[in-house]
Amino acid sequence: MADLKYVGTSVLRKDAVDKVTGAAEFIDDRFLGPLLYVKMKKSTIPHGKIKKLDVSKAQAHPGVKIVMTGKDYPNKIGLYLVDRDFVAVDKVRFIGEPVAIVAATSERAALEAVELIDVEYDELPGVFDPREGMKPGSPLVHDDLEAYERVPIFYPVPGTNISNHFKLRKGDVEKGFAEADLVIERDYYVPQMQHVPIETHKAAAHWSPGGKLTVWSTAQSPNVVRQLLAKAFGLPMHNIRVISSYIGGGFGCKAGASIEGLAIPIAIKFPGYVVKIVFNREEDMQGTFMRQGLYSNLKTGVRNDGRITALEYKMVWDGGAYTEYGVNIVRAAGYSSTGAYDIPNVKTDSYCVYTNNSIGGPVRGFGMCEMQWGIERQIEAIAKELNMDPLEVRLLNGMKEGSTSAAGQVVHHVAYDKCLQVVADKIGWGKKEGKFRGKGIAGLVKCPAQPSNAASSAIIRINEDGSAHVMIGATEMGQGMLTAISQIAAEGLNIPLEKIDIKVPDTDFTPYEWQSVGSRVTYTCGTAVKRAAEDALGQIYTVASNLLEVPKGDLTFDGKMIYSTKDKNIKATIREVTDSCKKCTGEGIAGPIIGRGSFVPTNMTNLDPETGQGNPGLFYCFGATAVEVEVDPETGVITVLQLASSIDAGKAINPQLCHVQLHGGAIMGLSTALYEEVKFDKGVMLNRNFTDYKIAAIDNTPHLDSFIIETPEVNGPYGARGIGEQPMIGVAPAIANAVCDALDIDVNTFPLTPERVWQAIKAKQ
Amino acid sequence: MTKKVTINFTVNGDRETREAVVGQTLLKFIREDLHLTGTKEGCEIGECGACTVLLDGKPVNSCLVLAVELEGKELVTIEGLSKNGELDKLQHAFIDKFAFQCGYCTPGMIMASKALLDRNPNPTDEDINEALSGNLCRCGAYQEIREAIKASAKQ
Repeated sequence: MADLKYVGTSVLRKDAVDKVTGAAEFIDDRFLGPLLYVKMKKSTIPHGKIKKLDVSKAQAHPGVKIVMTGKDYPNKIGLYLVDRDFVAVDKVRFIGEPVAIVAATSERAALEAVELIDVEYDELPGVFDPREGMKPGSPLVHDDLEAYERVPIFYPVPGTNISNHFKLRKGDVEKGFAEADLVIERDYYVPQMQHVPIETHKAAAHWSPGGKLTVWSTAQSPNVVRQLLAKAFGLPMHNIRVISSYIGGGFGCKAGASIEGLAIPIAIKFPGYVVKIVFNREEDMQGTFMRQGLYSNLKTGVRNDGRITALEYKMVWDGGAYTEYGVNIVRAAGYSSTGAYDIPNVKTDSYCVYTNNSIGGPVRGFGMCEMQWGIERQIEAIAKELNMDPLEVRLLNGMKEGSTSAAGQVVHHVAYDKCLQVVADKIGWGKKEGKFRGKGIAGLVKCPAQPSNAASSAIIRINEDGSAHVMIGATEMGQGMLTAISQIAAEGLNIPLEKIDIKVPDTDFTPYEWQSVGSRVTYTCGTAVKRAAEDALGQIYTVASNLLEVPKGDLTFDGKMIYSTKDKNIKATIREVTDSCKKCTGEGIAGPIIGRGSFVPTNMTNLDPETGQGNPGLFYCFGATAVEVEVDPETGVITVLQLASSIDAGKAINPQLCHVQLHGGAIMGLSTALYEEVKFDKGVMLNRNFTDYKIAAIDNTPHLDSFIIETPEVNGPYGARGIGEQPMIGVAPAIANAVCDALDIDVNTFPLTPERVWQAIKAKQ
Repeated sequence: MTKKVTINFTVNGDRETREAVVGQTLLKFIREDLHLTGTKEGCEIGECGACTVLLDGKPVNSCLVLAVELEGKELVTIEGLSKNGELDKLQHAFIDKFAFQCGYCTPGMIMASKALLDRNPNPTDEDINEALSGNLCRCGAYQEIREAIKASAKQ
């Protein structure tokens, strides 16, 4: 691997010029044709029966084409559990849920008509705390949970609000506690957060009279959107075309299917119109996936030498009104429940609970930020009790080559110790710099949470001049996929990077990709692309062998010319080979070259329903974060003085893109650690804009240092593994650990607002 | 009925006379009437800075300005920064420093940075932090944006 030409270099981004000139097309820049604007009438109560829904005045309003309610299309949708109404049917389950949709020829007419819709509800008692919601006798958010179709790896508890109960039993937890010298039990809480990509959710739909549905969407995963819509609307897949553009930030909220279903039924009724729905900021915050809240309890057994012998982890997740996607976060957190540590005896119960808060769903980290908050704070508590260095406790218990995960999967290619050490060294671990200053460290691990057969595919078309089009179904939402995948293609084809063109997905033309989620695309799509490139290059050699009458094994390709290694004068240009190659007599040899590659994991298995044991991980990506903070003991204000982040990328396809991911993840993590919390009061979301829901800006950004470790993932493309989500996971616990170190205080939740820190200081006094 | 007003203005160096709907925001006018879609909508209430453009050289959130206020003014959008296909050195610096990820906030971020450099050719980190504190980037490219602005200033 020493002579890689394209992989491993920080080439500039493929999308760079588009993005700095305003030429980059996002979805909202592409809608053409006569438009219909869709606006929603939204529920004003968290839980209730729809007693009366009168749309007659709205229907008669000038400019209005149609008003539709849940009764007009009671179809449900869901990735893992089909529980979600597009538009509420009979009953509303959260504030902001659509109860009717209006389509009009102007945005204004649609907005005016929404106000003319008359709704009355019979309000029902609500569920706002999942710990209450899981108790027998709680009001039910979904009355017919057991009837819902689901992927059979999820376990709803009929007659309750529990839409998934994930169980894990590894070793013998009682024996583990018996072996312990010390047992520590603590509660933790992680509140809901919102992704708030700067581009909100947007979609449009067009129905041609021939029966073809075209959907434009900000979706991260066009193929899954097509699959779910085909099912929900009873359409064959080839008659649905989902088109992606550049996506203005995803972070998980645009995974699965989102708002497309609000435009499609209207499009079907009005062929020729482009029916468009754009969520405003408030709708985006209230009506799309948010990070689920987590109430957890950890009981850890540890020997006096610092070795952890047992862990009992109970997680109760606030799944919100619909948990079609959230059930898998609960599962992923469950099967990963030892974090980056090798713990021999584990008992985990992870519950997804319906509430009448907004919809829970995937967010960067997919449960790992929430779950590993508890793990990393617990390690601090252990270190403190045993009077040990927290770094030493982490190194002692941290996963190593051959360790087993909570699910019992043997983990390979691990350099967690290096990840910890490099960030610890950077911030001067062990040296106290001042009275109100403190240092903290946290580790992290994540594998992609995906079905065991989540696949990728790629097609590479070689043009007549030897340049290439790479066709894939992965989306570009900022992570740099277009660039990294192009580098893999260039390396595999051995042609210069500038001869590679790569497209964002259009399901009519680009091949299948499960989803651009879970930090999996570099690995999965990258493998498919590498295979497609090798396939195309193999064909190039075969054709050249035929043309030059030289055995394939005696040929070499330098990116422009194909030579005989025996006689350099026997050669052909790439153009001669790829432009419908013919012999000097004029007889054709081969038509255009098309390389193909596909990938499906072969190292993953289902998990045992009772013990959660099996192989859930495609690969395991480790990292660490270390910070130094200064805390004002009078006001509780935290200043982050330095933040260092490391990741084991296996092989950085583009090192600079990796560093930028590390920095971006650090900022998002810092933002959640210090500022972000969606506040609910009986189902009412109190902070629905950027004034009330603060996220980190440039003036909150400290200097960031980042380190890439490269322990090759042997089955990844060129040794690479995905790193997109991971850099966020360790940030909140590292900051909390540093704050607690600074003032010798204790916290079990975040964000660490000045008020919360001040309260912790008072609690200690 | 929607009332329209005739307005005269300069956009990216060209003089224009157009009709603008009373009450229409400058953001909607730029995107829907001038078809300059580089300027992005993020919040519509002046909180995120994605729609930043230069009005008489000053950065404004175009969602908070009415289109009719364009009368007699000079508007520069992201499309006006490159000249004859040549990128501005600030755009080159954003590319070289990887100062964006998804790119949605980037037009606004670059216009706000341009305004800063026009009034302060050698900004410090603090100057940059102050000038760009109203431009949110959820991907968190802030450190690279600071580097890009300083690199551009040095040229």
